[in-house]
Amino acid sequence: MYRYVIKRLLMLIPVVIGVSFLVFMVINLAPGDIISQIAPEDATVEELAELRAEYGFDKPTIVRYFNYMKGMLRGDLGTSYITGEPVFESYMRRLPNTLALALASIFVSVVISIPLGIISAVKQGTWKDNVTMVVALLGLSMPNFWLGLLLIILFALNWGLLPSYGYGTFKHLILPAITVGTGLTAMLTRTTRSSMLDVVRQDYLRTARAKGVSERDVIYKHALKNALIPIITVVGTQLASCLGGALITETVFAWPGVGRLILDSVNSRDIPMVTGCIILKTITISIILLIVDLLYAVVDPRIKAQYAGRRKKSNG
Amino acid sequence: MEENKVLETGSEPVLDIENLVIHFELEDETVYAVNGVDMKLGKGKILGLVGETGAGKTTTALSALRLVPDPPGVIKSGKIMVAGHDMMKLTPAELQKVRGKEVSMIFQDPMTSLNPVYTVGQQIAESIYLHEENMTSKEAYKRAEEMLELVGIPAYRAGDYPHQFSGGMKQRVVIAIALACNPKLLFADEPTTALDVTIQAQVLDLMKDLIKKQGTSVVMITHDLGIVAETCDDVAVMYAGRIVEEGSLEAVFNQTMHPYTEGLFNSLPNINEDMEELKPIPGLMPDPTNLPKGCAFAPRCPYATERCSEKVPELKKVGEHHRVACSAYEDPSFHIARRSK
Repeated sequence: MYRYVIKRLLMLIPVVIGVSFLVFMVINLAPGDIISQIAPEDATVEELAELRAEYGFDKPTIVRYFNYMKGMLRGDLGTSYITGEPVFESYMRRLPNTLALALASIFVSVVISIPLGIISAVKQGTWKDNVTMVVALLGLSMPNFWLGLLLIILFALNWGLLPSYGYGTFKHLILPAITVGTGLTAMLTRTTRSSMLDVVRQDYLRTARAKGVSERDVIYKHALKNALIPIITVVGTQLASCLGGALITETVFAWPGVGRLILDSVNSRDIPMVTGCIILKTITISIILLIVDLLYAVVDPRIKAQYAGRRKKSNG
Repeated sequence: MEENKVLETGSEPVLDIENLVIHFELEDETVYAVNGVDMKLGKGKILGLVGETGAGKTTTALSALRLVPDPPGVIKSGKIMVAGHDMMKLTPAELQKVRGKEVSMIFQDPMTSLNPVYTVGQQIAESIYLHEENMTSKEAYKRAEEMLELVGIPAYRAGDYPHQFSGGMKQRVVIAIALACNPKLLFADEPTTALDVTIQAQVLDLMKDLIKKQGTSVVMITHDLGIVAETCDDVAVMYAGRIVEEGSLEAVFNQTMHPYTEGLFNSLPNINEDMEELKPIPGLMPDPTNLPKGCAFAPRCPYATERCSEKVPELKKVGEHHRVACSAYEDPSFHIARRSK
């Protein structure tokens, strides 16, 4: 198992190199550069050239990439062109906001969707199932920004119950969390349902019933644990993508998360900021996906056995 | 009614099923799975329930635990008494107390009968913990380990998961679960069908041994007449949801009356007889959604006459411990080919 974790962590190195190279190249290919934004309006051609040299723009892109990576080897992800603040610090300052939004929306969706999905599967074909599935379809197809705007109109403008934008208090969190959580709830409900449907007809549930296990325990103890793998997958990947920043929702609600930091940096061609943030995002997502893979082994002993088998093979 | 009691022995029967009718009501058709079954079983007796796949054996057994999947399965009528409990009248909570404690079941396929995400020890202990009052989960687990030893698996393997066991070992675990609480009645649904022949005998011996020790009454569902001959006191032959012949082992095996039972015997290879080829029963079981009006076996029966397709024959007493449902015996001189030997 440890061997597997170390192997997965080592695999991060080529991934980070690849991702940073792509991002760095693409952002440099984009028209316009930072100089035109920071130079004074009446700057002469010489002054502009001087500025370009100062930021290293007089060198070829590939050389600048290597210079950037040299810094990264020392743990330096560069400093922002705009604010002059180290990239790592900016990212870490925004991360708690993104984390709060991600965890809140995932909490909301897990609490709602797992019971709903189970009921839907156990009562397959009844009106409860049908209503759940239609609502889930609606939730899945509803665009985030539109739902966010609707919620602002209702709860902030019409009823004045909740703030329409900003952050800081629990109240500020509610509308963005619902916005992000809706799509996730819908997807997770459908995943739970289909995964439970695979399990509810299994023979071992009949064995459990024949033992005298109550129907509630048959479903929540015997069936749910067998249905967890796809559910963990969806929650894990969603958590990973939420931690990368819920870009649209953060924009709609002016939520100062990682997503907006990246968006703003792309718009201002803040190359170190964009590259650095995306590298950090890559690492975050990879680690969460690794945790998800490790959770599989916790839930299902057969997968754990596979990890053990893999280790044996690489030893021999 | 007196003459219907050929199988009852001694005191209160452990299992008493009367006029059981079970339908599976699907969207566009109804499957007539069980069509009026009576069954009685005394304490410590072993009844062999024999018949082809689809005859309604498993459904009958499941109904005794009230485990017929509903929907689509509906118990249309019938009385089901298990160890004095009227299973049709119990609440779900009361049913949970009876299942596993008074009556339990061994299922056909050990590969799928165990939950893959719990250890075998946990799965045996759950049954004990649920039914033994004042028992901590630790004590239940200890008892589970003893049960494992009893079925021939070392106790230290209680912490292993089902995928770490072979098929025969898994079936031993299933047997341990079923017998963990000393049930009065056990349904064994083809307990050895999924196993290798060499393992079959081992598992069967183990079951016989435990059943004798605990004084459990057993309904042994099988299509293997060899197993019946080896283990059972009584036999009931089922066809298309009805019992067509029943009686003591000797009566059914040596004085076979029903043409279907004869067909079952003829389908078996016999090492002592010099036969050119087997004589299988021609044709297939009737479509359970569309049963024939009269005797369901009539279309395949070599002795069938016109009256056979007119009305369903009733089980009639033909010997002290022997009943048969065949209208051919209205003619006193009738006998099947097997009997003329």
